[in-house]
Amino acid sequence: MALLELQGVSLAFGGLKVVHDLDLQVEEREIVSVIGPNGAGKTTLFNLITGIYRPQAGDIMLDGASIVGLEPHQISRRGISRTFQTLRLFLNMSVKENVMAAAYGHTRAGIFRSMLRTPGMRREEREIEALARERLAFFGERLMGYRWDQPAFSLSYANRRRLEIARATATNPRILLLDEPAAGMNPAETHEITELIAKLREDGGYTILVIEHDMHVVEGISDRVVALDHGIKIAEGSFESVATNEKVVEAYLGLKTTATK
Amino acid sequence: MTDSTPHSSSIPASGPAVGQDEWVARHAARRLMPVGPLRTVEERLRTVPWWAWLVLFIAAMSLLPVVESSGYVRRVGFDTVLYMLLALGLNVVVGWGGLLDLGYVAFYGVGAYAYALLDSDKFGVHLPTLVAVPLVVVIGAAVGFLLGLPSRRLTGDYLAIVTLFFLQLFQTVMTNGDSAFGHNLTGGPNGILRIDPLHLGGHDLTVQHKGVFAVSYFYVALGFFAVVFVALRFVNSSRTGRAWRSLREDPLAAEAMGMPVNWLKLMSFSFGAAVAALTGTLFAALNASVFPLTFYFVLLITVYTMVILGGSGSQPGVVAGALIISPLLEMLRDPGKSRVIFFAVLIGGVGLAARRSRTVGIAAAATIALGFAVHELARAIDASWVSGEKAGGFAGAVDHWVVHPAQLASWIPPVSYIGLIAATLLVSTLHGRLRLVALVPTLYLSAFVWENVMLAKPEPARYIVLGLILIALMILRPNGLLGERRVEIV
Repeated sequence: MALLELQGVSLAFGGLKVVHDLDLQVEEREIVSVIGPNGAGKTTLFNLITGIYRPQAGDIMLDGASIVGLEPHQISRRGISRTFQTLRLFLNMSVKENVMAAAYGHTRAGIFRSMLRTPGMRREEREIEALARERLAFFGERLMGYRWDQPAFSLSYANRRRLEIARATATNPRILLLDEPAAGMNPAETHEITELIAKLREDGGYTILVIEHDMHVVEGISDRVVALDHGIKIAEGSFESVATNEKVVEAYLGLKTTATK
Repeated sequence: MTDSTPHSSSIPASGPAVGQDEWVARHAARRLMPVGPLRTVEERLRTVPWWAWLVLFIAAMSLLPVVESSGYVRRVGFDTVLYMLLALGLNVVVGWGGLLDLGYVAFYGVGAYAYALLDSDKFGVHLPTLVAVPLVVVIGAAVGFLLGLPSRRLTGDYLAIVTLFFLQLFQTVMTNGDSAFGHNLTGGPNGILRIDPLHLGGHDLTVQHKGVFAVSYFYVALGFFAVVFVALRFVNSSRTGRAWRSLREDPLAAEAMGMPVNWLKLMSFSFGAAVAALTGTLFAALNASVFPLTFYFVLLITVYTMVILGGSGSQPGVVAGALIISPLLEMLRDPGKSRVIFFAVLIGGVGLAARRSRTVGIAAAATIALGFAVHELARAIDASWVSGEKAGGFAGAVDHWVVHPAQLASWIPPVSYIGLIAATLLVSTLHGRLRLVALVPTLYLSAFVWENVMLAKPEPARYIVLGLILIALMILRPNGLLGERRVEIV
């Protein structure tokens, strides 16, 4: 059984069909890339999976159980985490706290226990801090050391993207949704991200769904590629088969006949 | 990779070698840091643990009744501690939760009224203090929770206007509660009188002791403050506190990271309300009476001023805000003291501006010269123009400089006041030498308006002075005195 399964999912904003009758299956520990031109419905697909939007038709199943109608924080607790295309860090909190905050869903200490600093609460705090350290250490020295206590707004763009990934993994997810992780990165950083996504699966055992425009990244990481256009799945398969698919080329570049008459 | 580029050698050797993008980020962080002597002081002070500060602070505050025997000063001290508590509570909602709650003082009122109903002759209920106070806190939290329910999906301006409506609703209900369904519940505009004092260890805490304000309430309030401060600080550094601040930063991201945003908003509301209600019990017990109009806009604005001036989000900041504003508002009641404060602010403002450009110093000197010249000229023309009050000391010195007629023609106050506003606006639009030239008469005019118009009406004047201080501070330190450095968008 697939870990994540979408069956006939549809969403329209007024007359605009953003996602239409979409079927998608993602297996455990698979890396699937979602590609498509701007406005194809890729980010909307992520918003549907994470519960920010509710599908008007169809079902979304995680491990065989429907997650449609759950609040985003409930879906997060069931093991789906994400990053945002337009970075949404907690800018005025420290790097460490950004990651520690994301442990909220799988920790227990209530307000009154926190007020009293009970031994259990303090133990849990130490565990959260150790978790944050581990998640940040994944990126080597970049987010460690003095940056640990710096506010997130002082980070460079690439480090902000890294911090978003670290924060997403701190919810202890099974599925990671990465929305354009290489956007705005220079070639060296893009190359690094490609290796990093593979390493994420290796070390964390995550199932990963990636939206990406950079075809080098897509080629480098994907087990499977799904191409969307106008909310409809136009192709699915290996990178080679999708990249050469006529419909995909048409969606990106337009019809050959009219363009090169 | 971008790490360890040759450029990294040119930055201070702290932390690992960094790349160019990092260099830019660190440069930006350095630019936001205070510079000069202030920086070293700040860094030195940062190594002192927070609890040491708290102990020191409480100890210093405890000394107030020892060194000061005046009942009035002790009473101001007590009120200041109440303001500190209110500011701490508001900081939970506004500083951490990021929710603009304009109904906050209604919860203070709920606490005061709840205590009044549970401990007075009104309905003949006289609960013991150790039962009543916790009960009132629970009631406050519950009311906060209930009022949070309809507003939990609102943010920003919408939440502000809805909570403002709650404040108005509280006013209306309390004012008209003397004939609710034919029963007198709240005493209406006349409030509730003869409320029991706090009762601890077998005897009543009296408000007056031999005609002077008794210090017991001051110490009780200080004790509450210490407990609330520590409890809230612990919450802030727990998962709940982190979630509150995440919610302030980005509710959507917080929700997607597993934080139940709506629940957290309710908790934040509830906690702020509970602290306000607790403060309300102290207020009601000390005054032995409550009236609806106490819990209204002026108080709301005052508490907000404390939080913003001190630094929203920072506990020491909002306490400092209360500690400055509350005595300041008292001092501004007294014309002698408020005159000193006004000229101190004026001179301080000009002095700070002079630090940035020398020419402002010239303008200040020119203003002083202009003052004496105008004063002599006025005396030469008509001695009655400078015949205003001539007290000794500072006021006398000022009167040798500012024209101060004994009798003001009725058209002078409005014309000079509006003229001052116009002149200030003019100065802000001018540049270069022209600005300097315009600044001189404007400064003198402001002193004239203060001496002749504002001092005649101390009640509105003190809030205007407060507003001026707030404006100046917001320009100099936009995040408040002790606020964290903040960015909205980078």
